[in-house]
Amino acid sequence: MSSNTAAVRMRNITKTFGTTVANHDVNLDIRRGEILALLGENGSGKTTLMNMLSGIYYPDSGQIFIDGQEVSISSPREAFEYGIGMIHQHFKLVDVLTAAENIVLGLKEEGRLNLAAASERIRKICDAYGFEVNPDQKIYDMSVSQKQTVEIVKVLYRGADILILDEPTAVLTPQETDKLFAVLRNMKKDNKAIVIITHKLHEVEDISDRVAVLRRGEYVGEMITKETNAQEMTNMMVGRAVSLNIDRPEPKDVKDRIRIEGLSVKSEDGIQKLKDVSFAIRSGEILGIAGISGSGQKELLEAIAGLQPVEAGSISYVDDSGKAVEMIGKDPLAIQGLGVSLSFVPEDRLGMGLVGSMDLTDNMMLRSYRKGRSGFTDRKTPKALAQKVVEDLEVVTPGLTTPVRRLSGGNVQKVLVGREIASAPTVLLTAYAVRGLDINSSYTIYNLLNEQKKKGVAVVYVGEDLDVLLELCDRILVLCGGQVSGIVNGPGAVKEEIGLMMTKLGGGRSE
Amino acid sequence: MNKKSHTPLAHISKRKVLPWYASWGIRLTGIVLAFIFCAIVTMLVTGENPIQIYATMLYGAFGTPRKSWVMGQETAILLCVSLALTPAFRMRFWNLGGEGQILIGGLACAACMILLGDKVPNAALILIMLIGSMAAGAVWAMIPAIAKAKWNTNETLFTLMMNYVATQLVAYYIIIWEVPKGSGKIGIINQSTEAGWLPQVGPSKYFLNILIVAILTALVYVYMNYSKQGYEIAVVGESEKTARYVGIKVEKVIIRTLILSGALCGLAGFLLVPGTNHTITTTIAGGRGFTAVMVAWLAKFNPIAMIFSSLLLAFFGRGSNEISTVFGLNQSFSDILTGIVLFFIIGSEFFINYQIHFRKSTAKEGK
Repeated sequence: MSSNTAAVRMRNITKTFGTTVANHDVNLDIRRGEILALLGENGSGKTTLMNMLSGIYYPDSGQIFIDGQEVSISSPREAFEYGIGMIHQHFKLVDVLTAAENIVLGLKEEGRLNLAAASERIRKICDAYGFEVNPDQKIYDMSVSQKQTVEIVKVLYRGADILILDEPTAVLTPQETDKLFAVLRNMKKDNKAIVIITHKLHEVEDISDRVAVLRRGEYVGEMITKETNAQEMTNMMVGRAVSLNIDRPEPKDVKDRIRIEGLSVKSEDGIQKLKDVSFAIRSGEILGIAGISGSGQKELLEAIAGLQPVEAGSISYVDDSGKAVEMIGKDPLAIQGLGVSLSFVPEDRLGMGLVGSMDLTDNMMLRSYRKGRSGFTDRKTPKALAQKVVEDLEVVTPGLTTPVRRLSGGNVQKVLVGREIASAPTVLLTAYAVRGLDINSSYTIYNLLNEQKKKGVAVVYVGEDLDVLLELCDRILVLCGGQVSGIVNGPGAVKEEIGLMMTKLGGGRSE
Repeated sequence: MNKKSHTPLAHISKRKVLPWYASWGIRLTGIVLAFIFCAIVTMLVTGENPIQIYATMLYGAFGTPRKSWVMGQETAILLCVSLALTPAFRMRFWNLGGEGQILIGGLACAACMILLGDKVPNAALILIMLIGSMAAGAVWAMIPAIAKAKWNTNETLFTLMMNYVATQLVAYYIIIWEVPKGSGKIGIINQSTEAGWLPQVGPSKYFLNILIVAILTALVYVYMNYSKQGYEIAVVGESEKTARYVGIKVEKVIIRTLILSGALCGLAGFLLVPGTNHTITTTIAGGRGFTAVMVAWLAKFNPIAMIFSSLLLAFFGRGSNEISTVFGLNQSFSDILTGIVLFFIIGSEFFINYQIHFRKSTAKEGK
């Protein structure tokens, strides 16, 4: 096994799903002792390509060589036999089992299950690369980053020396990301081959040695990370020059629009999700909400939208004349009845904001179908709106009668945002508005939010990418474990400081 | 690593959307294959000539004007129950209580005929029975609906259990009202006065039922596709969260929809008891509450397509009766044939959604 042979060679790989060509004639080399960043917009086929290595999909045509030998990988088990392990975006762990139990789950070993020996091996792996895992801890007790660590150890335990990580940093704080990267560098030193899929260019610059770019399912080229920069990578990814700056127009006519005081929320099973949260949402500005996922962002927005029962506190809407009305205890329809024009772009677009199996027109109708006294629905107005949204936001769709589930993530989001801003809201709540969207679509969304802000709408932007929050938002509220850790002004805010506030109340400083 | 490289023999992938003629082509091929397969099974098992068996089935369904009318009646009642289940099913509320809702509707009619038979004018009695049967069916479906809406109980089990309650209630009243005493059945109700019998309209006593169900089909189609309530049902069925998000009161929609579903099942009871049978037994629903589930699914809950799927299943029901009498085969054999045909029809859906790629033998060169 000479060191200059690529660990994995993919040659002329093609994979289609129906009429969609996910990968077309892709060539890719993965080398040992190197971290390769796989870059591409959404739907460019990165995950599909890696899924063919990990045995989840089988290519329509093309060849895969491992250490120079042609192989055929038709199941994840076979992938493991070739030393390929993939860490997926969505963890595949059993909550009620411990880390060690999850790691040995599904392994065919001779004789009786020896958990103690397994724990010992797990500790060795952890020591070797600098992981922090307690083999006896139950998964449900773990943070997202710990769960991810378990996934990585699971793959190493099975002897993987070719590791694929699919957007591993999407769920991590900056500090956790740094830790992960340190581990990845250790594995690189150990001569493992590592592929990382990510959207965040500064991370690509930080961790990778080589960058391979896919665009619309095709391989467009590769670069040595040291010899390139974020702008060049973006241009290659998108296929033309793109500006990477996010606008932040000066807020005008800022007034309190929604005042939240002492808000506490418990989940159905009695877990405290929000505790004594107080802040104001103001017209004419974008309020960012930062926090580790699951810090109460979802509950906060749903409480404002009238979808989440509240334990204590007050949420009052202040109209232009300064009159305040209480919104707690009202369902979305009743809130609308108060004369509050509130739009909400929820996190779960197809599960909550839209109906996946319905077409664009019927989805536009969700907000407006009640209008008029007739018992029958009027599809003309929603159809006109759908047409307008498709044209204004450049939604790529075969037609207005296409079920929205068939659209790509970015286009689904455009349909949802387009509908929500069509009702001329005074408050616009957005949760992870650009999650999973490619650069182009993301910038479209940022522009839309800025336009709303300029119109005097009170915009809330719950986000996960701190760089974007820092560039886009006028103020940033940081949540930590369901409590307000602090509110900082967007201009001049420091990323590391917010990162600390996300993990410790008040950023660990005494108040 | 000296593992042998192998390519899987075949792999399955999702198809692009097929034009309607291609998907119907696949379905038709499925049905043709089903009949060929049935013919082979028939020859192997019974030694009879399959062509003759098919001819007999056809004769059993449409051989004489009377047989054709009965066939129409069977299709209509089955279609009526399927239409009744449609709103609930579109909402993903699996109402398996059609059987009980038909029975309880029929029981309400029988009660009216027996207790009010000569006391009110016939037109009024029919109106009372119509309202009574629909109300009874509605109540029978509403009970599980309320439990689902308030406590999220499992509607499949609950509606299923309600069937047994309805059957036992009917059995109980049959003993109370039995004629003659000790016979264990009611016999024809109001045979001499024909009080409460639906009048014969048109050429056959079945014509009125067919007409009513035809109108009902159009109504349900319009309700599901063009009414605001129909739209709400579709939204709740696809995603309760989305429904709440846009301010739909999910509990209200569940209960309202099941009242409708149960009422239409009750209507089927009305078409059966005062309409054509003029008596009630515990088996008057005849499993239609369950067969209708199949009819509705085969038609993908489209009321117009249900006309064809109910016709198909009614045809098998009638045809199999005929072959069991003519050839002395027992009823089970016709059930086997029905099963084979359904298997092929449902199987063709797989080929509409997916395609299979086989390994190309040329691609197998060196390792």
